[in-house]
Amino acid sequence: MNTILKIIKYELRDVIRSKWILIYFAFLFMITEGMFQFSGSSSKVLLSMINIVLILIPIITISYGIIYMYSSREFTEMLLAQPINRKTLFTGLYSGLALPLSIAYIVGIGIPFIFHGVEENTQIPILSILLLSGIALTFVFTSLAVLISLSSDDKVKGLGIGIFVWLFMAVVYDGALLFGSYLLSEYPLEKPMVGMTMLNPIDLARVLLMLKFDISALMGYTGAIFKKFFGSPIGMLFSTAMLLLWIIVPYQIAKRIFVRKDF
Amino acid sequence: MGRSKIIGKKKLVRKIDIFDFSSERSEESNSIFKSFDYVQKTQNENKMKTFIKIYFLFLFIITFRQAKLEAKEIIIDKSGKITSIKQALRMCQDGDRLLIKKGYYKEYDIEINKRVQITGEGMPVVDAEFKSGLFHIKADEVRIEGLIIKNSGMSFVTEYAGIKIDSANNCVIRGNKILYNYFAIYIAYGSDCMIENNIISGRKSKSETTSGNGIHLWYCKNITIVNNKISNQRDGIYLEFSENSTIEDNISEDNLRYGLHFMFSHRCVYKGNTFRRNVGGVAVMYTKHVHMYNNKFENNWGPASYGLLLKDITDSEIKNNLFHENSSAIYLENSARLKIDDNNFIDNGWAVKIKSNSMDNEFTKNNFVDNTFDVATGSIKNHVIFNKNFWSKYTGYDLNHDGIGDVPYKPVGLFSAIIENNSPAMMLLRSLFIQILEVAEKVVPTITPVDLEDAQPLIKSVR
Repeated sequence: MNTILKIIKYELRDVIRSKWILIYFAFLFMITEGMFQFSGSSSKVLLSMINIVLILIPIITISYGIIYMYSSREFTEMLLAQPINRKTLFTGLYSGLALPLSIAYIVGIGIPFIFHGVEENTQIPILSILLLSGIALTFVFTSLAVLISLSSDDKVKGLGIGIFVWLFMAVVYDGALLFGSYLLSEYPLEKPMVGMTMLNPIDLARVLLMLKFDISALMGYTGAIFKKFFGSPIGMLFSTAMLLLWIIVPYQIAKRIFVRKDF
Repeated sequence: MGRSKIIGKKKLVRKIDIFDFSSERSEESNSIFKSFDYVQKTQNENKMKTFIKIYFLFLFIITFRQAKLEAKEIIIDKSGKITSIKQALRMCQDGDRLLIKKGYYKEYDIEINKRVQITGEGMPVVDAEFKSGLFHIKADEVRIEGLIIKNSGMSFVTEYAGIKIDSANNCVIRGNKILYNYFAIYIAYGSDCMIENNIISGRKSKSETTSGNGIHLWYCKNITIVNNKISNQRDGIYLEFSENSTIEDNISEDNLRYGLHFMFSHRCVYKGNTFRRNVGGVAVMYTKHVHMYNNKFENNWGPASYGLLLKDITDSEIKNNLFHENSSAIYLENSARLKIDDNNFIDNGWAVKIKSNSMDNEFTKNNFVDNTFDVATGSIKNHVIFNKNFWSKYTGYDLNHDGIGDVPYKPVGLFSAIIENNSPAMMLLRSLFIQILEVAEKVVPTITPVDLEDAQPLIKSVR
């Protein structure tokens, strides 16, 4: 445990030194603060933050994660020469990447909200869901980034795969869903749609946020089905489990590769 | 002086008014009308004669019964001689005044078949203890004022009500608190009644079937409903086959079904009412000549909730209303020739949902601000006219600075067209993919109705 903490500490120092994480923080902070300045109402800011969380966090996390993993390869190799358990080293590396990103995200968005406050107490659960799903997405895409960078030694190829994965989850998957729903429009699709949403972490986070924003009323019958499922304890459990799976599965595969890899 | 005599005089004045009106007409010495006016004049003279006869007969009767008809004031007091309303009603005559002193009166099935005025002093409570209905008015010109009327029974067979008016005219219900009843005020076959300044609250029942309507009109005419506050009933205000009525400055909120609900109730005017947080919003059906001005439709939010649902409404006007935070602000089905002007649509899910069986409706000078969807329609053909509205999503320009955008605005977005035909796709709301498609569709419209557009969108909001 101590070693993990030590590695995280070194990596944190490294990450902060590279200043990218500070830029990320400043960027989020300025967007949130800017929205508060322009729209003035916290409910509108929250609604706009959905786009930030769902689009920007995945792409920034995955590309930054991949680039960082490749550029810190020599540091990793140096550490591997030390008498450190590979699993411990991997955990340290992963946390050193995911934690600063999450912290930058929470602080960047949190500060303006603390500063301006929310209009109604009902917005506090919305804000917490927003922060939690952002963190979950950060962890998911860090796992994917680590997995991708370890499975390919070619930097350009790795980055290409990373961007494709993001594109697939953010755009292509939804396009396929829409196409499929047209193709099978004679069938009751609400429940399969719930299932399909669960398979994509971005969609899952989006639906969770939508339901919290009370837009579910607009969704009519589909919304009712979604609300019934995701609003129930089982649905909550399922969606949390799905997000955890999306974090753990790539993480475990990456760990396996890391432990066996011949650097 | 006998009260009836005063009323008799009033009637005379009213008759003379009619005369004045017709004589004014004859003064407009228009040659075409002259002969017609002559006929009318003789007719009127005949009428006058019969009227005078009746009047003298009436006077005769009054003088004959003078002693009996002296308007009495009967005081009902728990510590007095007369302790119950029913007892007082048995004793009283037409034209009497019943004064109920402050107290708690456990009574039900109070039948009023005399022309009396019932006034409460210090808000006395009349409690039916959930046994039956309370006041049952069967006579004309009954007034009920200043009472707390509560706890009527609930039945699936009888419409128990706090105040039930049955085939009576010119009744006045004013300044009462009508609480926890099945129906609060129920008027059947009534006319020229006035319902004013009442506070009505239902029992917070869970289901629609075990709750009645706040103000329920059935086959009524010329009813005025002003400044009432209605909540927790089934429908706040309900009209069926009731015409020429005025519904003004009421607040109808938190009802189990609709804030306002009417069917077959032509030529009614709705002004300055607030309909708020009702489970179903407001639903109106099968009616002609509806006039709605300055109303507020707010927070009617839910999967089957509508700010204003219009089904089979024709030749009507909807002006200067505010629609705020409704899941669908206006829903139009099979409605024709509606003029929807100067309304504000703010923060709604859908501002306007139009089914393709609606024709010749005009939207002019409305503000559409921050709605998730501005307009949704199931059809690719367009039968609606949008002109000179303000759309907050409009991105066009105005080169000649005349306040009208140079590029038409298309209020039907791609996504709203998609979900109209493919509702499960709703779960893709705010997906990046959809946002990309929206942009593409804006440039080259393919599945949105091409001619549904506002050719003259305003650059600045109205007012």
